[in-house]
Amino acid sequence: MIDFNLSDNDKKMLDYVRTEALVARKYARYYDENEAEFPPEALDEADDYPGAWSMMAGRTSEDSGQSVIGMLITMAENWGDYSVRMRKGRGVGLGNAALGASGTEEQRTKWGGLLLSMAITEPGCGSDPSLVQTTAVLDEETNEWVLNGEKIFVTTGCRSDGVVMWATLDRSAGRAGIKSFLVEKGAPGFQVSHKEKKLGIRADDTATYVFTDCRIPRENLLGGKEEIPKAGSGGFRGVMKTFNMTRPMTAAFGLGMSKASLDFTREQLEGAGIDLSYGADVHGLSAAAAKFQSLEALQEAAELTVLHAAYLSDQGEPNNLEASISKAKGGSAVRTITQGCIELLGPMGASREHLLEKWFRDVRITDIYEGTGQIQNLIIARTILEYDRSQLS
Amino acid sequence: MISFGLTEEQEVVREAMREFAVDIFREAARDADEESALPADVLNTVWELGLTSTQLPESVGGGGEARSPITNAIILEELAFGDPAMAIAATAPSLFAFAINDFGTDDQKQAHLPRFCGDKFAAATVAVAEPSPVFDVANLQTTAQAKGDGFVLSGRKHFVVLGDRAEQFLVLARTEQATGTGLDAIDAFIVPRDAAGLTISEVEKNLGMKALPTVALTLEQVELPAEARLGGSDGIDGARLIAQMRTASAALRVGVSRAVKEYAIPYAKDRHAFGEAIAQKQAIAFTLSDMEIEVNSMRWLTWKAAAALESLEDATQPALFASTYTARECMKIADNGLQVLGGHGFIREHPVELWYRAARTLTVLDAVAAV
Repeated sequence: MIDFNLSDNDKKMLDYVRTEALVARKYARYYDENEAEFPPEALDEADDYPGAWSMMAGRTSEDSGQSVIGMLITMAENWGDYSVRMRKGRGVGLGNAALGASGTEEQRTKWGGLLLSMAITEPGCGSDPSLVQTTAVLDEETNEWVLNGEKIFVTTGCRSDGVVMWATLDRSAGRAGIKSFLVEKGAPGFQVSHKEKKLGIRADDTATYVFTDCRIPRENLLGGKEEIPKAGSGGFRGVMKTFNMTRPMTAAFGLGMSKASLDFTREQLEGAGIDLSYGADVHGLSAAAAKFQSLEALQEAAELTVLHAAYLSDQGEPNNLEASISKAKGGSAVRTITQGCIELLGPMGASREHLLEKWFRDVRITDIYEGTGQIQNLIIARTILEYDRSQLS
Repeated sequence: MISFGLTEEQEVVREAMREFAVDIFREAARDADEESALPADVLNTVWELGLTSTQLPESVGGGGEARSPITNAIILEELAFGDPAMAIAATAPSLFAFAINDFGTDDQKQAHLPRFCGDKFAAATVAVAEPSPVFDVANLQTTAQAKGDGFVLSGRKHFVVLGDRAEQFLVLARTEQATGTGLDAIDAFIVPRDAAGLTISEVEKNLGMKALPTVALTLEQVELPAEARLGGSDGIDGARLIAQMRTASAALRVGVSRAVKEYAIPYAKDRHAFGEAIAQKQAIAFTLSDMEIEVNSMRWLTWKAAAALESLEDATQPALFASTYTARECMKIADNGLQVLGGHGFIREHPVELWYRAARTLTVLDAVAAV
């Protein structure tokens, strides 16, 4: 039955998350301005909060599904702050989403508690993963994978405990040869070589990884399937399935921040005496109110596409199309919303005295990482047109 | 618990409506638009579906099923997918009957609802819009002055759907006791077709949905008894009535947008230029994917508003979001759909220009249907 009401349990969890998120927000400006420093692993003021993810147990069929509440929690955390929220001991990295989507039961148990980053992009390959050059070769004598290559733009790459990374078993096999591997920090031959300076999400470090004859146990192949599927058999889709959760989640990151921007903008506009109530038709609204309400509606629309993708995942239904819809919608919505909020507040919105300008910078990555908006549109178009990659690229 | 899942019953209804809308409405849509008239008997055919009576109480002869704005939103999307003009005409009686059901006194329900549970199409409608470039439903210019026990209505209305044949009009007005403006100041009055002082215009000539007859009303000192005021001395929940209508309009726009999208896709796959289908070019493919994204967004906003209405919450905000968002996006989708067809989009052999005109009409109307 169609329902958009949160259960009491849902509300309780989200209240917790929001309270803690506001603690994280206190640190947001400092770690934005001091990019070289890492946020602390624990916040003293937040010690009393058990962390929403640990409250997942004990949920019932009256509560929202696990993926749905996961998206709502993600939005609420990011509403506090994108970067400071990412602390050790919490399975909130993009790699964790990959683990959840594709890992075996054993892998999920072993790695679930770690903060996992996700390494796909290479110096010569971004949106087209079939160009992945990093190799994985099985050493049958030692039962180890030997990894060689370079990965760039690894989000949370410095602070993560480990990484889900893509490497090819056979370059000539194209996309079908690509597999995901779990690599723990400290593995021999695994080096974090560089930290990027960025427009936004500055406190969330972005790293370069170099793998030089890096050896990892054979069981670290995510999902455990070692064979290379035949070209065109759809085997690559197994790897891509990861995205069915990470894409809505990435959109949720951005939407948490755009929601924060809207809340701040509302507070300021109402404080200045602008009526933002919902009764009137467009003719009865001030220009600022009309603009603000259209941004709010856009926020709502984008959030709903995220929840829809997550809902399908909870139902065990395919959500490849819906994941891309949520990512494309979220990625473009957060740009429009944060740009619009600054426009509404004028010079005040551009001041570093407030966090709005930071949210404006932070959200901009949403439409780029985990597949750019254009890539999402390509996936959506291929799906609705029933085209394969050779027919539409 | 957040859920996007339809009940089994809703799945069945959606399937049935989809089929009906395509077989009956879509088939007849072009001729009806050209002739500016509803196809003969289409309203009686659609009446057999029981769209109005099913959710009316058994005590007045209805089906006794729970009022479900969600189910109605699903139905309206499907009907508008077939043809928005016929979708609106077919459900105009619900505009009137649902309002009586939801806000009327027991006496008003007993007096007015049995008519909608019979075998024949019962024409009735609601008059909301006023002929002014700054029309605002929260600031109605039609007024109701108390006189003795009753009221005197004055004002002008237009775009009253099915007003050419409606036996009763539910006229939205502001009572003079109500202070200020706003949705809560809205009152509704049951006005019979033959009321003294009520002038009904010829059928209006509109840009889009030409098959849908609309009229203008002039109310000059129309005297009404006390029982004409919907809800009696309590009046109505104006905000809720408007939210129902806005949600319904949003659902219609989802249907029209989906119609455009589903027509443009096969066209773009068939049409070749420079050695391949135009759908294989990103400029076209991305236009279509954007339609897919927005039809989804529009539908979820609409459902969220309908769900708020269904659980009897204040739906003002979600309904406004659904309404303004779908209005903008429906127009954009129709516009882009026409562009995908190029010259053929401009030609009346294809339905896209019809939807383009319908979209521009529908996207400025918030009060032509109810959920």
